[in-house]
Amino acid sequence: MKQELFERAREERWRRFEALLDAPPRAARDEDFPRRYRVLCQDLALAQDRGFDAALVERLNALALRGHQRFYGARGHPVRPIEFLARGFPAAVRREARIIGWISLLFFGSMTLFFALDVTRPTLIYHLLSGAQVVQFEEMYDPTAAHYGAPRDTAGDFAAFAYYVGNNVGVAFRTFAWGLFFGVGSLLLVLFNGVVLGLLAGHLTLAGFGSTFFSFVIGHGAFELTAIVLAGAAGAKLGGSLLMPGSLSRPVALRRAGTQVLPLLYGLTAMLLVAAVLEAFWSSSRAVPAEVKLVVGAALWAVVFAWLGLGGRTRAD
Amino acid sequence: MLDTIHSVETPEGVRLSLRTAGPVPRAMAYGLDASIRGSIYVAALFPLMVTVPQLMVPLFGLLVFVGEWFYPVLFEVLGQGQTIGKRVLGLRVVNDDGTPIGWSASILRNLLMAADALPGTYAAGLVSMLTSGGFRRLGDHAAGTLVVYAELRVPARERSGEALAPLAPPIPLDVDEQRAVIAFSERAPQLSASRAEELAALATPLHAPGEPPRQRILRIGAWLLGRTAAGRT
Repeated sequence: MKQELFERAREERWRRFEALLDAPPRAARDEDFPRRYRVLCQDLALAQDRGFDAALVERLNALALRGHQRFYGARGHPVRPIEFLARGFPAAVRREARIIGWISLLFFGSMTLFFALDVTRPTLIYHLLSGAQVVQFEEMYDPTAAHYGAPRDTAGDFAAFAYYVGNNVGVAFRTFAWGLFFGVGSLLLVLFNGVVLGLLAGHLTLAGFGSTFFSFVIGHGAFELTAIVLAGAAGAKLGGSLLMPGSLSRPVALRRAGTQVLPLLYGLTAMLLVAAVLEAFWSSSRAVPAEVKLVVGAALWAVVFAWLGLGGRTRAD
Repeated sequence: MLDTIHSVETPEGVRLSLRTAGPVPRAMAYGLDASIRGSIYVAALFPLMVTVPQLMVPLFGLLVFVGEWFYPVLFEVLGQGQTIGKRVLGLRVVNDDGTPIGWSASILRNLLMAADALPGTYAAGLVSMLTSGGFRRLGDHAAGTLVVYAELRVPARERSGEALAPLAPPIPLDVDEQRAVIAFSERAPQLSASRAEELAALATPLHAPGEPPRQRILRIGAWLLGRTAAGRT
């Protein structure tokens, strides 16, 4: 068939298909759409194969592309956040248990190490933080302060919440993203956070603010520190897929790792929101005695471990 | 052919062509988005200051946080792959199989923007774009996405109605040659008369003495397109 004959014979059909695409998606979901789309694909294949001119092929290509997007686009499955947090997220965490274990070791190991180092050599912290910063931290956990944690002017707990969300989620996202460089960025950020926390804990303990500091950190720490570890693990996994792609090509390995770490990212974002609420409204409160905070904090750690360790398990597991 | 076409084979067995977009239009779209975000922040400052002066700083912080991390995600997923900047520049994010981008892919590619931005000035992303097929930045690699030109509406063309008597080619033409002749007839109206003659004259085997080359090629083109002798289209 010559091109012009072809065009004359099909023009009406193409126009109708285009009208269908311009209509709202619901109308295009009619039963006829798949058939019309396949017919258009045939027309395109024919036009490509016969060497019909570029403008026609381009027009049919554009139509087919829109049909393709419409036809294969609506495949999102319903989001069930509760279900995900109760089952999917803990299961995803357990799937990555090994790398999470290594990152935990790095984080809590460096924290413990530098806590011990700081206690024996109290000047160590000044190598990492300036004198002014150290003084600021001391003020934050001074038992006589009105509030613990980040300084507050007038805005109160909500301001603290907003600050913690922006800050902590941002840190976690960066910890994840920088892992793309063969995991190095994630490891460095996790290490840095571990070292600073360890040094601070050591320093504040020596300064006699230990009880305020630990009772402050323990509650939201169950969520926040775990989330940082998860972000580091997600980043390390992403970078690790480039270092050790196994039998896959590196681009394919990277994509697969990307899909696999997404549940961790969703979950850890939720954990950081919880952490920010706790940190702003609970941890920093002076009304609650330190002992209560320690007990509740320990209970929260147990809850987090039970949740991530057991959530979504079935008998078969 | 050396070009920026990304080909997708669909389950229907046809090849769809996507035209991937390079660093320059994407950087411009990014710059536009960044300035839009910036203006929103600035515009929000005053109302916040007037209505809730105590909560201004935290609310502003939250706004910036959401804007910086989630503005692209929201627009890409809800706006058919287009942020405002991409819309202006005529770009669109799609999965690399040509389907519309969903939440997961968009979140992944935009979180990894933090990696593309390293070490400042988006050097990592630029290097990744220039060294990989389809101009993918790091986030595109991990999420399996492409940024393509979004001209999804190609109008039915009006063919120029130069009524010439169709002429069968004097020698058999293969598909590529036919295509070249047809392409010439499509583009002839956009060429200057002398340039059209000059180009048409290159196809020496098709010419006959006495007939201007341009007219001759157009007549052969008309025959190949299947025009009838009356010259109707």
